[in-house]
Amino acid sequence: MAFTTFSGGIHPPENKRLSEGKAFSNLSVPQLCYIPLQQHVGKPARPIVEAGEIVREGQLIGLAEGYISANVHASVPGKVVEVAEHPTVYSKRGMCVTIEAQGSFSTSGKPLEAVPWESMSGLELLNRVAEAGVVGLGGAAFPTQVKLHPPRNRKIEALIINGSECEPYLTVDDMLMQSFPGEIVEGVRITLKILGITTAFIGVENNKPHAIASLRNKLAEIKPAENIQVVALKAKYPQGAEKQLIYSLTRREVPSGGLPMDAATVVQNVGTIFAVREAVALGKPLFERYITVTGPCVKNPGNYKVRLGSRISDVIEECGGLVAEPAKIIMGGPMCGTALDSMDIPVVKGTSGILLLGREEARPADYLPCIRCGRCVAVCPAGLVPCDMVNTIEKGRLDLVEPSHPFDCIMCGACTYVCPSRRPLNHFIKLAQEKLRRRQKE
Amino acid sequence: MQDEKKAVPGLLLSNAPHIHAGQSLQSIMWLVVLALAPAAAYSVYLFGLNALMLTVVSVAVCVAAEAAFCFLMKKPVTITDGSAVITGMLLAFNVPPEAPLWMVAIGAAFAVIVAKQLFGGIGFNIFNPALAGRAFLMASWPVYMTTSWHRFGPTTVLSQAASNVAGLPEQAYDIITQATPLSALKEGPKLLTDLGVTPDAVYRTLFSPEVIKSLFIGNIGGCIGETSALLLLVGGLLLLYKRVITWHIPLSYMGTVAVLMFAYYSLTGFAYAGAATLFHLLSGGLVLGAFFMATDMVTSPVTHRGMIAFGVGCGILTCVIRLWGGYPEGVSYSILLMNSTVPLIDRFTRPKVFGTKHE
Repeated sequence: MAFTTFSGGIHPPENKRLSEGKAFSNLSVPQLCYIPLQQHVGKPARPIVEAGEIVREGQLIGLAEGYISANVHASVPGKVVEVAEHPTVYSKRGMCVTIEAQGSFSTSGKPLEAVPWESMSGLELLNRVAEAGVVGLGGAAFPTQVKLHPPRNRKIEALIINGSECEPYLTVDDMLMQSFPGEIVEGVRITLKILGITTAFIGVENNKPHAIASLRNKLAEIKPAENIQVVALKAKYPQGAEKQLIYSLTRREVPSGGLPMDAATVVQNVGTIFAVREAVALGKPLFERYITVTGPCVKNPGNYKVRLGSRISDVIEECGGLVAEPAKIIMGGPMCGTALDSMDIPVVKGTSGILLLGREEARPADYLPCIRCGRCVAVCPAGLVPCDMVNTIEKGRLDLVEPSHPFDCIMCGACTYVCPSRRPLNHFIKLAQEKLRRRQKE
Repeated sequence: MQDEKKAVPGLLLSNAPHIHAGQSLQSIMWLVVLALAPAAAYSVYLFGLNALMLTVVSVAVCVAAEAAFCFLMKKPVTITDGSAVITGMLLAFNVPPEAPLWMVAIGAAFAVIVAKQLFGGIGFNIFNPALAGRAFLMASWPVYMTTSWHRFGPTTVLSQAASNVAGLPEQAYDIITQATPLSALKEGPKLLTDLGVTPDAVYRTLFSPEVIKSLFIGNIGGCIGETSALLLLVGGLLLLYKRVITWHIPLSYMGTVAVLMFAYYSLTGFAYAGAATLFHLLSGGLVLGAFFMATDMVTSPVTHRGMIAFGVGCGILTCVIRLWGGYPEGVSYSILLMNSTVPLIDRFTRPKVFGTKHE
């Protein structure tokens, strides 16, 4: 059977074995939580607690500021130590609320009461999503209530759920689909109600047969009134890139410079759908999430539930510590994740995994001139010619870059992955994007 | 309260992606050298020591010229990437086996310094350095380049086939047996017609199954590296298997030659159309050119559609030169000519940007 897919793309070694199929376990609560007020795209939340204050678990501590922003909640009960700058994955000096754990856990441990969400209006449901501070958990961390509230004149025909998890090493979404198919289907139904539509596609790469089966069985069992389909996609990176996923599932191209809603779709990650369901059906704010901790340097690679604000060092310690010195610590997957310079950086809403690579895997190397082999062109899912574009950028001719469509680059990094001259192609394009944006503003 | 943990020293920081496919510029170049090795070894077996000497001198001069140029220009010395070795091998592959050593040395220096380094070094040259070196030698010492063929004994396939032809004058015998198969095809029939003999005898000789087999195996006259289609195909398939090259250029190039040659011979009512097409595919530098020189990444298009256009163009030019041109062989000039069209091809074969209408 031919699986639906897009053109271009790469097949990096999956390396998912380390954590694949390992059931979720809870990491113990860290003594200190550094909860960044910016864990999302947009404006940072405004802190509404002060040092010395006692907070409950799940209490609102940062209020969304403006339209594109998100609420932030206390991950642990305890005393606010300070509201101060601390390194985060997004900034060297991000404002964080530091909480020292103490007191009782009011939310977790107890089964939460299910809310009869089916009798609520779409707007009420949307407000519950916003209150809970849900953002895109796939890594982009875009506030979910904004995505689920497209302008009224835009017609949305389908909700697309990204369960492709095309990043090597990561297995958290796979495990979520295997462990919580009922919750995910409920989350899809909630989201469909918010959008006021009835069609959803769940796209899963065909290298996750258990996840596909688990969702399909659940759908066959529940028989929801909505039209929810699980679609097996070809395992190929970047299958989970928003525009490529929409194309794979609907054969529609999001126009250059456009958004998914221009193809009449809304895309959400399975992790986000899970969080939407917890927010709406259980009234639980987003203060913990599932992540994959993996790589050859960590003792017990696996899938874990972790409190937001836990430092990387605490997470690694909980996973048995290191068995080899890591050359690179990456938040997220190896293709799109961020390399960290400190173990103090806390886990945030957009953290899908923590990956520790040795020197062997990281393969540092200097870059050489382009030999025009054309591999970047063959793999580019956006149809760009990265080599020529970057040669122009390297020469400093930003005035000549525009016809090469730099803003259509989705930063998937497939070009850099295959480049034999080890040229950091997508990084050059990113720099050009930033410079061009700055110029346009001036 | 716990102590603040310090930033970990020695952690690598870089932008995503953090993993790499593994194939590097160096590994690509050395794989090409490896792929050329069987044909190189065979040339020594076939032509003897002078072929080895020519290859060694050509490679040594290429590497030395590259090192010296980089040193004098205060640029990083790039000889370890293997590209100069490839240039040296390919240039030697393209000269006759009895050519003088000094000549190939000059050609090698020209290839690396003028055709490669003066354009900016690896990645920036417009023309394939080895072919530019060969063209330079053809222009400078045409006699050496077209007459220094290996003198086989009377036991080769061609000699035996030719001696079976009744009434073949000695001049024609020499031309058919001593030069390359392609020059025999170009000059032989003309000579016989001039002498009042029908050229059919030559055709029957050249297009016999024995000669075609020899062309495939390579025990026949020609430039150093071009004779054995078999060993060149082995190397070419290695490069395809290792994904150093893609099928687009070799297939479109050889396919075009096959189609056009067959069409030409069929339409002109030639009796040996099929054999003549095979003869053209296996003779001269076509396999060498299609797998190793037209696929030179630096001087070929970057898009797959562009590669096909490039291969078709090379094929058309090769046929035109072989059939109507002044030279018996057309591979190197057709590749060089197509090299100059690469920026144009790249411009017209840009892929469709996702989310746009095709321009």
